[in-house]
Amino acid sequence: MDKPTRIEINCTTGETSIIELTDAEIADMETAALAAADQQAAAEAEAAAKAALKASAKAKLIAGEPLTAEEVDTLVI
Amino acid sequence: MANTYTLIEAKTLTTSTASITFSSIPATFTDLLLRISARNTSTGGDCVITFNGSSSSYTNKILTGNGAAASSTAGSITGLDSELVPSSYTASTFSNSDVYIPNYLSTSNYKAVSTDTVSENNAATAYADFLAGLWAATPAAITSITCTPNANNFAQYSTFYLYGIKNS
Repeated sequence: MDKPTRIEINCTTGETSIIELTDAEIADMETAALAAADQQAAAEAEAAAKAALKASAKAKLIAGEPLTAEEVDTLVI
Repeated sequence: MANTYTLIEAKTLTTSTASITFSSIPATFTDLLLRISARNTSTGGDCVITFNGSSSSYTNKILTGNGAAASSTAGSITGLDSELVPSSYTASTFSNSDVYIPNYLSTSNYKAVSTDTVSENNAATAYADFLAGLWAATPAAITSITCTPNANNFAQYSTFYLYGIKNS
């Protein structure tokens, strides 16, 4: 499998270089990929939790039931 | 007021690429504008912008909105972020970012930077970000700019345009 590459453009000469990443740079990329996947999963979970709280708050308001503090937080800035 | 825009260099990626660097930027302008349209090959929703190969002394304030909620964050970071569309977003959509760097040649002032960026997605969630950033390293002229996804690679057809702007 080909190594990932980076591009460097010399703005004075116009020369474009395509450079293979070093093993250390590839290792850094793999670590960053794992961190980004975790970050994305956490963001999606947080968004889903907020949406659920908001839906719950709306249902309780319609039914005239008391809201929890977390549900109120989704409605009040 | 800047009144001239000159295209310094442009690149459209023909294959996925880990990063792109504009080096040896001419010292003949007043400001720089980097215009990015990009997508990630996998996860990773940020394009990280660094100057002169440095990954320290950056601070930022970011205002983010996604159509349902807005938030604000601040911090010391290793580069300045703009939005980047991850592969989970609608196929063939790309982020759009403007990165404005005034007074890039100054050797006495820190470098203030602003970014105005959106991600595109034919779904409920997409983002708009406004960033006020500062590169507070020992003041030096910016001679190179590097754009790197916070993970994985830029996708094919991502584009990067660097403009120089003169004030006269």
